[in-house]
Amino acid sequence: MKQIVIISGKGGTGKTVIAGAFAALAKDKVMADCDVDAADLHLLLDPEIKQSHIFSSGVTAFTHKELCEGCGACRIVCRFDAIREDFTIDPISCEGCGFCSLVCPQNAIEMKINTSGKWFVSDTRFGPLVHARLGIAEENSGKLVSLVRQKAKEIAEEKNYRWVIIDGSPGIGCPVIASISGVDCAVVVVEPTLSGLHDAERVVDVTRHFNIPVKVIINKYDLNCDMTEKIECWSKDKNIQVLGKIIFDEAVVKSVVEGKTIIEYSNNQVAKTLRTIWRLIEEELERTN
Amino acid sequence: MKVAITSSGPTLQSNVDPRFGRCPYYIIYDTEDGSFKAVENKSSLAAGGAGIQAGQNISDMKVEAVITGNVGPNAFRVLSAASIKIYSGATGSVKDAIDKFKNGEYKETAGPDVESHFGMGRK
Amino acid sequence: MIISVASGKGGTGKTTIAVNLALSLSDVQLLDCDVEEPNCHIFIKPVFKSRNAVFIPVPVVNQNKCDGCGRCQEVCVYNAVVVVNKKVLLFPELCHGCGSCTYFCPHKAIEEEKKEIGVIEIGKNGETQFVHGKLNIGMMMSPPVIRAVKKHINRKKTVIIDAPPGTSCPVITAIKDTDFVILVTEPTPFGLNDLSLAVEVVRKLGISFGVIINRSDLGNKKTDEYCAAENIPVLMRIPFSKKIAEIYSRGDSIVKVLPEYREKFQELYKKIEQNKNQPGIK
Repeated sequence: MKQIVIISGKGGTGKTVIAGAFAALAKDKVMADCDVDAADLHLLLDPEIKQSHIFSSGVTAFTHKELCEGCGACRIVCRFDAIREDFTIDPISCEGCGFCSLVCPQNAIEMKINTSGKWFVSDTRFGPLVHARLGIAEENSGKLVSLVRQKAKEIAEEKNYRWVIIDGSPGIGCPVIASISGVDCAVVVVEPTLSGLHDAERVVDVTRHFNIPVKVIINKYDLNCDMTEKIECWSKDKNIQVLGKIIFDEAVVKSVVEGKTIIEYSNNQVAKTLRTIWRLIEEELERTN
Repeated sequence: MKVAITSSGPTLQSNVDPRFGRCPYYIIYDTEDGSFKAVENKSSLAAGGAGIQAGQNISDMKVEAVITGNVGPNAFRVLSAASIKIYSGATGSVKDAIDKFKNGEYKETAGPDVESHFGMGRK
Repeated sequence: MIISVASGKGGTGKTTIAVNLALSLSDVQLLDCDVEEPNCHIFIKPVFKSRNAVFIPVPVVNQNKCDGCGRCQEVCVYNAVVVVNKKVLLFPELCHGCGSCTYFCPHKAIEEEKKEIGVIEIGKNGETQFVHGKLNIGMMMSPPVIRAVKKHINRKKTVIIDAPPGTSCPVITAIKDTDFVILVTEPTPFGLNDLSLAVEVVRKLGISFGVIINRSDLGNKKTDEYCAAENIPVLMRIPFSKKIAEIYSRGDSIVKVLPEYREKFQELYKKIEQNKNQPGIK
């Protein structure tokens, strides 16, 4: 069983479209949407939710005003600017450390368990999908991402599937780190722009920091062929295989609007390139057994 | 002495689970009288520091040795600080693992075998 | 006025809007708070004058003063402090720097040390003042670096903040306490899905906001319908243009290559001033 994650560093490079295409092409797989604070993969996969669970990431302080004597000890110790002048707690800034609750001489501060989000196991036309929704303004520390990863892996093992395909999130912080942890391959989707290359460099540094094997796809490559060449040189320098270059095609937007993967929508150049890329991935990963 | 084996289930026939911090059960086996009990691992869904919490729990149970598939760096630190011997690389059923241990077939592990976050979705 | 530019979905054009708005106005300070993947500097090309490391406090134990009482472990909710065999083990990557263990140690055996997690760079290009933050590779949490960038806010200027994508804590940290949020979106199902999440965030924070629809002719009408139904002002529409995509890809700014856009961004600013205090939006 092999796990592949699709990341980019920069947002909007085409991760979800490509993850959707792999979902359509791979046999015997589980999909995992690890972009938990802006999940989109379900818009292509039309999931039927079979299980729904609440996710709790920790605790948040709450002041019982009737017990508070206004001594202000809480405000002195809080490092996250989470306690207002009237000694009520700003739940958005509170990191749940409990320091205020411990120093309050009146025991007026209670640490309440958060309901930070929900996670789901669903059926789709391509197989099971594990996805989640982080609550509005909740902390995205990677815990929910790790949970989605764990559940997807359990399902794949239970059903003896060959692949776990993970749609990652932009950035390089803990949600991304949690989504790449322990995968067999991280596929970095790069767009041919200075920003795209700059961000891809940083996310590749993260994969190297954690010893994760990495490969590159250049998306919308014809929007700037010079930049595409720069990216190819950079990949070569870093010893990273470029799996393929995908042409820009408005048909991709149309496929998303219709809620279809590009593979189902058309057999255009984009779809053909993705088929070739997937075949390469299969060969590469099944070889390293 | 008491030995903890990471397990995917609550019986001796269950398979050794490869993850120290996030396995579903520990089988605590007493070498003196051959008795055992299955303990649910409360750290398995812990947010951060599952290996740390698990290491603490094992230490609190006065276990002297751990048999498992893999141990990550945080758990390794905690178990070492508690002077608990670690034997990793075990596979097969819990019963097989106990027999191999009694026959002295396992070597003590010198360092963590996997990077952190191993138990979260790796093969 | 402090204007933040956010989106929900990545890649909708936040940096493009933030940069070109900054270059179209005078007396401006641009803060790039996308500290995981900062890009504004590529377009602004500032000359950097200073560089400061960003630190978070991490506890360090003086084993001579410690008697293994375990009080530190009791107060730590993150499993970052553990006492085994009367020895304290610290796990700094789990630490949130709350200071609880340091405070509650009865023997004052814990002190705080600084751990570097990122860097702030300050500079300018012509009239535009510029600050950005970069999270160090392998570090987990961006909010402390974002907060460090925002410490440099100069209220005497028009301040523009480029926020990270998403809807969770890094974005909140970036847009909190700003006067107006521009939400940049694309008229596709992904764009609309993430826009509605971002709208919930901004409403929860109680900040006035408006929407810019980028690549406005590539997609469907649902985003327009959503904004109309929710009474959200659409401040600007930019149609897809290969020319603009190409300008962006080389790291150039639209208003420099296509000066007619300068006026459009100045119009945008005027619209923001008009909408800033509208009660219907909050």
